[in-house]
Amino acid sequence: MDLYEYQGKQLFARFGIPVSDGLVATTPEEARAAAEQLSDPVMVKAQVLVGGRGKAGGIKYAATPDDAEQHARAILGMDIRGHVVRRLWIERASDIEREYYLSITFDRGAKRPLLMLTTAGGIEIEQVAEETPEKLARLHVDPLTGLLPFHARRLCFAAGIPSDEVKQVTAIIERAYEAFVETDAMLVEINPLIVTPDGIVRALDSKYTVDDNALFRHPDIAEMRDTSAANEQEQLAREKGVNFVKLENAGWEPDGGEPKPAHWFDGSRDIGTLANGAGLAMSTIDVVADAGRASGHGPANFLDVGGGANAESIATAIGVLLEDPNVRVVLFNVFGGITRGDEVAQGILTALERLGTDMPIVVRLDGTNAEEGRAMLAAAAPPNVHVEATMLGAAERAVALAGGEA
Amino acid sequence: MAIIVTEQTRLVVQGITGREGSFHALRNRDYGTQLVAGVTPGKGGQDVDGVPVFDTVADAVRERGANTSMVFVPPRFAADAIYEAVDAGCETVICITEGIPAHEMLRIYNYIRPRGVTMLGPNCPGALSPGIANVGIIPAQVFAQGRIGLVSRSGTLTYQIGKELADLGLGNSTIVGIGGDPIVGSSFIDVLERFEVDPETDLVVMVGEIGGDEEEKAGDYIAGWMTKPVVAYIAGFQAPPGKTMGHAGAIISGSSGTAAGKKAALEARGIPVGESPTAAARLAAERVA
Repeated sequence: MDLYEYQGKQLFARFGIPVSDGLVATTPEEARAAAEQLSDPVMVKAQVLVGGRGKAGGIKYAATPDDAEQHARAILGMDIRGHVVRRLWIERASDIEREYYLSITFDRGAKRPLLMLTTAGGIEIEQVAEETPEKLARLHVDPLTGLLPFHARRLCFAAGIPSDEVKQVTAIIERAYEAFVETDAMLVEINPLIVTPDGIVRALDSKYTVDDNALFRHPDIAEMRDTSAANEQEQLAREKGVNFVKLENAGWEPDGGEPKPAHWFDGSRDIGTLANGAGLAMSTIDVVADAGRASGHGPANFLDVGGGANAESIATAIGVLLEDPNVRVVLFNVFGGITRGDEVAQGILTALERLGTDMPIVVRLDGTNAEEGRAMLAAAAPPNVHVEATMLGAAERAVALAGGEA
Repeated sequence: MAIIVTEQTRLVVQGITGREGSFHALRNRDYGTQLVAGVTPGKGGQDVDGVPVFDTVADAVRERGANTSMVFVPPRFAADAIYEAVDAGCETVICITEGIPAHEMLRIYNYIRPRGVTMLGPNCPGALSPGIANVGIIPAQVFAQGRIGLVSRSGTLTYQIGKELADLGLGNSTIVGIGGDPIVGSSFIDVLERFEVDPETDLVVMVGEIGGDEEEKAGDYIAGWMTKPVVAYIAGFQAPPGKTMGHAGAIISGSSGTAAGKKAALEARGIPVGESPTAAARLAAERVA
């Protein structure tokens, strides 16, 4: 779960990392009131879960409450790389002498937390790593001993932090590591970590990601989730406990993001897909995209009904798929292990009855109790259900149906 | 001989009195696995369909000679259960539980490695050596006995490929699910090393997916050290960056961890990658024919 800048800073403050004073605003009037309360020039900062806010005009300096209100009016509702701005962070403006960078990442490859510190802050860290790797101090920590004081010192000296700042920076490193472990973070990044003209070191921005699997022990952080930031269908899926990702053609360069990969499906996303298990669900969207590339009909979503799916969860999942107005065909790809084919068939029949849809549904059932499931579908014989024997065959059938073939 | 789960496996199931735990434990026993004990704290002295239940893993090891534990307890108790199994002397721990916090796994990984413990999972379907033993939730009826090793980060996708292989008349020595979490007990390389020295394995199919760089590292290992052929399949070409695709570990971060990147890295090392599960199975068939 990614946190907004201000939420990350709230956690920083909790762990004793110095941050600037600020307030959240959701309207221009609130922005004005916040600026009045802070009684100094402020920064008006768009809160979005995507990088590149500054370049997109989402961060503005306001000398007066009037300015703050005006900037807020311009920034609220702005679309930054597909993310609509609904919240602002109004923060006391800082004088900046120098900018550093500090991060703690969860290094999957090394199976250890990785600390990175550089005095070349304020810019993309990938650029520093590529162009001047000698300026980027890196250090892995053994998770069994945790961060030791010498780790923080070594990192500071390796990065070339001026000696009169080392004490402040080591304290921030130690507190950031504590926050990283205590909150089950996958990423804690401070970019920039600023030094003011009077020598105070402070976090000016935050990037903070918390492990979804650990939210059960951090109810306060779980509550920070902004459900309105997700697409409506994804929000519904989350409420229903369905593992769902909407697939979209937008979000690549030049609108922002990475360059579009050569294999990316670019046609009409009119086939709703469902599978059991994450790997099979991913494989399903790949196979549908390949089958439909020529005719331009492809996957609308990723949906994993999980292991042990039953009739009820299957019916719920179909309900989520049908919320997408572009979907013209639904493809079921279920390989039973814990999940039983007869339960899946029952779920399909229940959903058809409950939702009263005549949308074509292509079903491929294999594994545990698949024969029973196919027999149930054959007996009920709903006219819009098409049973296919293989995954490839099912994908091809779904593409053909989306293209208007009977 | 097979790997990880064999004739020598003496299984204790932690969480055996739970609904899922008892169902799969007994299914594993019915398949032929030596299920020697179960553990549920406070239920020592009971039995589950004739399988003795103990309060601690240490008791199960001492009384019944258990050497392999299958962890079937809820996520918030699973880390403790894994430490308990290791502390009791189990050589192999297979964790089916999904949803263990990544930081817990980070500590567990660094704890078990120097102790030489073999761990599969968490969030894995277990391991099956057809005709010999099954520990976990893999539906054995899908797979035939044979000489192809199969290692995968995903459960149902593994079943799909096992089925495709069976349709081509091919079977498996052992099917190993390493799990879909960001940190798992065994990497592809750990399992490939065992297949390399297993006299009953002729070829390995490696099933990867987006996220991390374990497939790329495995590519280096295969190219540098393996004498047996390996073919691969990678899922997630259509996955958008920054979204977790079901498995906690299946996420593209920026431009790293993409399926295209993994495919290119493997192919550059001479490892063929199938475009679909069907194609991967055909590649395997061509190489054993």
